[in-house]
Amino acid sequence: MTTFDYHEPASLAEALSLFKKYGDDAQLIAGGTNLVIMMRQGLVQPKHVIGMRKLRELRGIAPTAQGGIEIGALTTHREVERSAMVARFFPALCETFGHVATVRIRNQATIGGNVVHADPAQDPPPMLLALNAEIVVASDGKSRTIPTTEFFRDFFEVALESGEIVTAVRIPPQPSGVKGTYVKFLPQSKDDYATVAVAVVMKLGSGGTCEDIRIGLGALGPTPLRAPKTEAALKGKKLTDKIVAEAAALVRDEVDPLDDIRGSAKYKREMARVWTERAIKSLIK
Amino acid sequence: MSTHNIQFELNGQKRTVSVEAGRLLIDLLRYDCGLTGTKEGCSVGVCGACSVIIDGEVTSACLTPAVFVDGSSVTTVEGLAKDGELTPLQDAFIRKGGFQCGICTSGQLMSATALLQSNPHPSVDEIKAWMMGNLCRCTGYYQIVEAIQAAAEASA
Repeated sequence: MTTFDYHEPASLAEALSLFKKYGDDAQLIAGGTNLVIMMRQGLVQPKHVIGMRKLRELRGIAPTAQGGIEIGALTTHREVERSAMVARFFPALCETFGHVATVRIRNQATIGGNVVHADPAQDPPPMLLALNAEIVVASDGKSRTIPTTEFFRDFFEVALESGEIVTAVRIPPQPSGVKGTYVKFLPQSKDDYATVAVAVVMKLGSGGTCEDIRIGLGALGPTPLRAPKTEAALKGKKLTDKIVAEAAALVRDEVDPLDDIRGSAKYKREMARVWTERAIKSLIK
Repeated sequence: MSTHNIQFELNGQKRTVSVEAGRLLIDLLRYDCGLTGTKEGCSVGVCGACSVIIDGEVTSACLTPAVFVDGSSVTTVEGLAKDGELTPLQDAFIRKGGFQCGICTSGQLMSATALLQSNPHPSVDEIKAWMMGNLCRCTGYYQIVEAIQAAAEASA
């Protein structure tokens, strides 16, 4: 661990002011499950670390006036997984957070830390993409929202300007009858990062016609991805086995995976097809 | 490096210590407090050997900055037995042979203690789902699950 000064602001205003003052020399720390590892390995060497743990206002889950929910940046994965409000709003979101690592890590890791870390193999981002979530960001006296489709820029890179702090993840209301699922292909161990992961949020109309579908993909490119061509091939169609299989085959060309310890790029493209097909079919019954 | 005076409760006793900003809880416990029951295995939060309970929640001491426990209550394996009397869980680990080499045992006990606090009568599937974050390199998993079941039954 390199040497640094630790600061523990008591309010968001104080945190913003410290973050502005120290600029690129500073790192924010929430749960610490990513940053501590990166500091121990020397990958990140901040001169100042700003601890967010006292900022109670950034913790908790609340309904929005529009009928969606807003999850404070310091809410832990475990809190989202076990939230009765989230379960009522969209059960598959609880399930997605329950897939992350282990209970111990979910007790520590926060949703804000998760989205800012931006490892493309993380579990929540594909589901957040499929739910059209927005990232709520504060900076010196201002606040803005960034759609998740624009937030993730590259491996470990997000669309935050210097001095901006993520304060919440906002999920818009979902039309009635929308269902979702998150499937994670784990050939090694249950607590591993996904080899490929697929989130599907879908509304079926009468007679099995797909009224709307959003597909989020994890571990299949430099960022979590949507699959617009696959989605277009399903929208408005009656979802027969043949239509689903043909659409899922398109996903192979919508992804850009790397060869790594969890499989070759070629293998992951094929697994993306298989798991996209399975995820969609699981919502058809 | 900044230093910080922190106050916390360690196994029921109030402690005030001065720690450097970069001190991790695992090192505070082992080197500053002399409590070597908590082990460090992987150093990346995967193996569970360093599991401790902070304010009721099982946590990786290897990923927790020591400054994070200011104002908190920390329980390590040394805090389980009271006046030389083992907890039903510790007793069950002995009776069922829930360990072989022992390096993972403190972490297994802390994780299982947190499980039984939040869910006193877990199913086998619930035990496996919760305990999957605690690796046993001797692979003595069946006995660990049996020990947790036995402890849950003993507290019926």
